[in-house]
Amino acid sequence: MKISTATMMAALGMSATAPAAHAALDETINTAVASVTTPFVNIIFAPLPGTSFPWIVLWLVVGAAVFTLYFAFIQFRAFGHAIALVAGKYSDPNDAGEVSHFQALTTALSGTVGLGNIAGVAVAISIGGPGATFWMILAGLLGMASKFTECTLAVKFRKEHADGTVSGGPMYYMRKGFAEKGMPKIGIILSILFSIFCVLASLGAGNMFQVNQAHQQLTGIFGDYPGWISGIIFALVVFAVILGGLKSIAQVTEKVVPLMAFLYVACALAILIANYDMIGWAFGQIFMGAFTSLGVAGGMVGALIQGFRRAAFSNEAGVGSAAIAHSAVKTKEPVTEGFVSLLEPFIDTVVICTMTALVIIITGVLQTDPQTGLYIWNAEAGQIATLDGASGVGLTSVAFETVFSWFPYVLAVAVILFAFSTMISWSYYGLKAWTYMFGESKLQQTVFKVIFCVFVVIGAAADLGPVIDFSDAALFAMAVVNILALYVLMNVVRREMQSYLDRLKGGVIRKYS
Amino acid sequence: MTRDIFVVAYDSDPEGSRVLNYAIERAKRADADLLLVHILEWSPYKFLTQEEVAERSKRRREELSIAEQRIIAPALQKARAAGVNAESEIRYGQVVELIVKIAKELNGTQIFVGRSGSNSVAARIFGSVPLGLAQVSPLPTVIVP
Repeated sequence: MKISTATMMAALGMSATAPAAHAALDETINTAVASVTTPFVNIIFAPLPGTSFPWIVLWLVVGAAVFTLYFAFIQFRAFGHAIALVAGKYSDPNDAGEVSHFQALTTALSGTVGLGNIAGVAVAISIGGPGATFWMILAGLLGMASKFTECTLAVKFRKEHADGTVSGGPMYYMRKGFAEKGMPKIGIILSILFSIFCVLASLGAGNMFQVNQAHQQLTGIFGDYPGWISGIIFALVVFAVILGGLKSIAQVTEKVVPLMAFLYVACALAILIANYDMIGWAFGQIFMGAFTSLGVAGGMVGALIQGFRRAAFSNEAGVGSAAIAHSAVKTKEPVTEGFVSLLEPFIDTVVICTMTALVIIITGVLQTDPQTGLYIWNAEAGQIATLDGASGVGLTSVAFETVFSWFPYVLAVAVILFAFSTMISWSYYGLKAWTYMFGESKLQQTVFKVIFCVFVVIGAAADLGPVIDFSDAALFAMAVVNILALYVLMNVVRREMQSYLDRLKGGVIRKYS
Repeated sequence: MTRDIFVVAYDSDPEGSRVLNYAIERAKRADADLLLVHILEWSPYKFLTQEEVAERSKRRREELSIAEQRIIAPALQKARAAGVNAESEIRYGQVVELIVKIAKELNGTQIFVGRSGSNSVAARIFGSVPLGLAQVSPLPTVIVP
């Protein structure tokens, strides 16, 4: 879902100058915030010595690779079983009326499918070349193991309240899991750290960044107008949903978002089918670009960095957010939810992101030199020269537009809806982290929800670069704490997994349909 | 000889009570038992919001207890007061499918259903419960107007 703010802002041609009335205030806030947060942001996004490769991306990819090896490629071994679980083949009919695996998966997906799949891929390809897609797919495949690990733990260590509601997520497995390992104090410290980062990320990447993007799309349709108007409208709608209990809006979004995702994939598929003879060539470009330069400035390393980054930003594997979403499922076997969750990076990154990539490559919006067949590098823009000079969401839009002239409107609506559903999802993640720290009282819940709505207005109205950079950094700081905890607790998951797979093989776990 | 079991697709609307009254009448004459079935519409493929997911278990408990106390209990009482043996089933799922399934599982001999919902737009498009039963029920089915 998320993509780096600085790149996105630049990619979308977002202005750095706020309206004059806001300028002074913005500046004051920016300076004040930046003095405190810059060191933190710099640490999180610091490149590895001698490269431009942020260590945090390597942290996520190495984590994913370790889990892949530790669980012996569980993402491939359990793939078929995961689909059977989602299809309800192993669901006890007596549990009908509880949250199904399908529902848990789609709810979690609505939090991750979004801008990352539309804009992030375009950024990756325009900077890293088609080869970035190869590394993105690889990172997506590895990320499936991270999701599996965190979601299994989230269900295993969740807290069930007396009234039947459930609270779960990394903070709960850190606390309970570490206590079981005889490290209760470290567990509590990690869980509090995680909660702080989660609250910050929910206000920034999960809120301000989203509403900001939605506002950009709205001005694209209605012409330029002040951001606070969008901010107040969005804040009112979000307020109505999370505080006013106006569930119908959220329910409508939950139905429309999958529809939009479906429409998006259908349009991409239509383009691919119409150009079926070029798919082989496009994959050729992806594979060749993964290991050679094809005229792209960064060459293979550039493609690798871009691919890994966008995959991590898009599917959030290892960040811990999905673990909160999956923890509420009613199941006797925590590991089944882990299996189901590993489909998430697959759908998000391997399927949807790859489709976007193929469409961009096939529609020829990336300019090539007819003589050499290599891509033309636009050094000024720092990316491959594109049709109309488009980048980010714009590039995806142009690519689809070459086939469907009405697509930009659909895309604009999709981006706004994706942004909204991501905000609703993150308001929940943030709330869970907040109440974990301050207690589940009605008052504490209301306090957080009001804060969240206020940040909606701020996010739309102002151009708060440092604030958003900080919350982006907070999102990745979640991954630092979370993956650390996953390393410590992964043997618990392996025990669960082994026992379940043995029983599945021995026929103890039965199919119902 | 085993007694006949009349399966009643029961809801608490006025039509439901007409079906119930009719089924009680028939059961008395035929010396049959009644099985009152109440289905809570539910699809495992419906999209839920994050909050709905977290609260689902709680809501399910509440829905079941409301169905039990406010819908089924009074109906059972009415049937028993009329001197008919009556049992009940409350389940989640797709109405037509489950009524047929329960009728088969518990060896029902006849199904009673109201003509409810047949005027709504949704019913015209997707078919109503009585229409669905008329098409797929393996048992004689009485549609009570």
